[in-house]
Amino acid sequence: MIPPAEPIRFPHRHILGIEGLSPEEITYLLDRAERFVEMGRPIDGKLDLLRGRTVMNLFFEESTRTRTSFELAAKRLGGDVINMAVQHSSIKKGETLIDTAMTLNAMQPDVLVVRHPCSGAVELLSQKVACSVINGGDGSHEHPTQALLDALTIRRRKGKLQGLLVAICGDVVHSRVARSNIHLLSTMGARVRVVGPRTLVSPVFERFGVEVFHDMREGLRDCDIVMMLRLQLERMHGTFVPSVREYFHFFGLDYDKLAAAKPDALIMHPGPVNRGVEIDTEVADDIDRSVITQQVEIGVAVRMACLEAVVRASEASTELPNRGVR
Amino acid sequence: MNERIAFINARLVDPASNRDEHGALLVENGVIADIGPHLFSAGVPAGIETVDCGGHVLSPALIDMRVHLREPGEEEKETIETATAAAAAGGIGTVVALPNTDPPIDNPAMVEFVVRRGREAGNVRVEAYGALTQGIKGQRMTELGLLNAAGAVAFTDGTSAVSNPLVMRRILAYASAFGLLVVQHPDVPELTEGGAMNEGELATRLGLSGISPAAEAMMIERDLRLVAMTGARYHVAHVSTGESVELVRRAKERGLAVTCDTAPPYFGLNETAVGDWRTFAKVFPPLRSETDRQAIVAGLADGTIDAIASDHAPQDQEAKRLPFIQAEAGAVGLETLLPLTLELVHTKRLGLKAALALVTSRPAAILDLPRGRLAKGAPADLTVIDLDRPWKVDEAALLSKSKNTPFGGRPVQGHALRTVIAGRTVFNTAVASR
Repeated sequence: MIPPAEPIRFPHRHILGIEGLSPEEITYLLDRAERFVEMGRPIDGKLDLLRGRTVMNLFFEESTRTRTSFELAAKRLGGDVINMAVQHSSIKKGETLIDTAMTLNAMQPDVLVVRHPCSGAVELLSQKVACSVINGGDGSHEHPTQALLDALTIRRRKGKLQGLLVAICGDVVHSRVARSNIHLLSTMGARVRVVGPRTLVSPVFERFGVEVFHDMREGLRDCDIVMMLRLQLERMHGTFVPSVREYFHFFGLDYDKLAAAKPDALIMHPGPVNRGVEIDTEVADDIDRSVITQQVEIGVAVRMACLEAVVRASEASTELPNRGVR
Repeated sequence: MNERIAFINARLVDPASNRDEHGALLVENGVIADIGPHLFSAGVPAGIETVDCGGHVLSPALIDMRVHLREPGEEEKETIETATAAAAAGGIGTVVALPNTDPPIDNPAMVEFVVRRGREAGNVRVEAYGALTQGIKGQRMTELGLLNAAGAVAFTDGTSAVSNPLVMRRILAYASAFGLLVVQHPDVPELTEGGAMNEGELATRLGLSGISPAAEAMMIERDLRLVAMTGARYHVAHVSTGESVELVRRAKERGLAVTCDTAPPYFGLNETAVGDWRTFAKVFPPLRSETDRQAIVAGLADGTIDAIASDHAPQDQEAKRLPFIQAEAGAVGLETLLPLTLELVHTKRLGLKAALALVTSRPAAILDLPRGRLAKGAPADLTVIDLDRPWKVDEAALLSKSKNTPFGGRPVQGHALRTVIAGRTVFNTAVASR
């Protein structure tokens, strides 16, 4: 059995975003997650760190991976899990967000994991409930657990984050994964580039301290990490880019473009992968270079760390209710 | 019956006549009968009701040229009764109703309805815009002449831009022959579709789709060309960017019949008020950068901007307690128009007469209303103002049915003490505070 981390170095009841977390807090979550990774899947039953605790997955948007990952994480910690999928039709009238929050709050869960298609919706919900809230992705804003799992994946392979050159490629403008990664990697001392067509990568990102590129080979030059983003289907056909084949030609990751990066550069993707759109199938499956499947495994450990952290923070919290990160 | 009221011991401030002096004013049968520094210096004769202004400012009652009354159609947000009561408490004597109601003010009967309901409420005067296009759909022009005959003071599609240039050209041409004023919401809707706040770093950080300041400038530039072609009278509503101010400045220099207004959010706040998705700070046009805010102040100071309107847009909890993208835009403003305009005086950006002109004589001139001045023969629409009274904007204390102010908690200075319409007091702090 793994003992609880000794000093509590994570004071936040909610994890709503990476922005605002200190390097020490990020390191705490990563270190803790790493212990869960090393422990592997507990054969002799579950841990009891979340025993008697209820984690509610509240997903206003389709998700299999993230929801399952949180579910597994909570169960491995000995917690109870309830999954709530809110139908798309019922969220058109947005007032159900707060109504739903009130209803769920009355059920007294310990942690709500929330995904919502609107930026800021998870924070809004966190103001209306008494329990901890973890952002499972809100609109184009943040997806903090994805950035944490990406960081741990990188750290385990490269031994560090500081000083690495990371290219985030694709639909940066609409990506919550990109924003959370930019905040996290910059906070931890990595150098970040964003790469993609001008419609999907805005120069305004320079204000975040990242370099902006619109050419893949230039953007990938000497990179340690190539992080590909998923391109949503509705943005592929003449709205933001002319066509799938044109996008793949200029911005899809193949061995030719990858040659610009360092020889040992890692390839990452938050999934699910659009093969032949943003990434070539061979590259995605390259055992030596691609860490896409490891990202999934590490995701469970990271979510265990996050769940444990917010639950312990609420136990120990002297903060006012509803005050968390940001 | 000969009803006479003497307003004595007043600081008479009348931007239209450049008056700022201690004196008195006589109202007879709802009309200003006399005014001057020596009036009643020997005392008020018996039989005349006396109002001692206590040395405070006596100004023409404010004229608010952009107000969403929400009646008919959205009475849960505001009614003509509640809006006009809020206006009276804000020192406003005339509100001009925007046509974006349900049904919209796009036919003569609707103009008459709104004006009549205003009269029935008995608070302040209610004037109405007519819509530019039928159903505010931007396609076919309304009966501009008949609407005007029914009382519409000017024409606009409110918070919706007439985006089709051919439709706009024909409206401007048609309106010019009647001498009617066309008021445009400056936006290119195709360019700002889906946008929730000002485009830039903050919108990007929050993951919100941005509204480019260029959209506002583009529509003004296009319209100015059409105005030059047609010779129409044209007014740009709620300018929010430095570029818009500059476009209007240059158009005026060229001699075009162009005017514009802005609203307190655009000189009193910038985009950072959105903070972490504060939906009360969601307005349209959106709150802009600090550079733009300063340019709006400069445009007010140099006279390029002709008027300040409240842009009063009540939204209830159901419309605002939502994720930012889904929340409705708009802010209430009737009760904060005066103190926020006076903020420009207290911060020494504008003189008192220049500031009051923006909410009295100048909007009156734009809309050709026979009010907004302290002159013999003018309607006795008056406001007594304590310029210095400090208070804090409190959402809960607003008389407006909706409480969506982005200025909640803001310390301000200056308050209407009394609002008088045609000689009749419709708001009096002495009564209100009891």
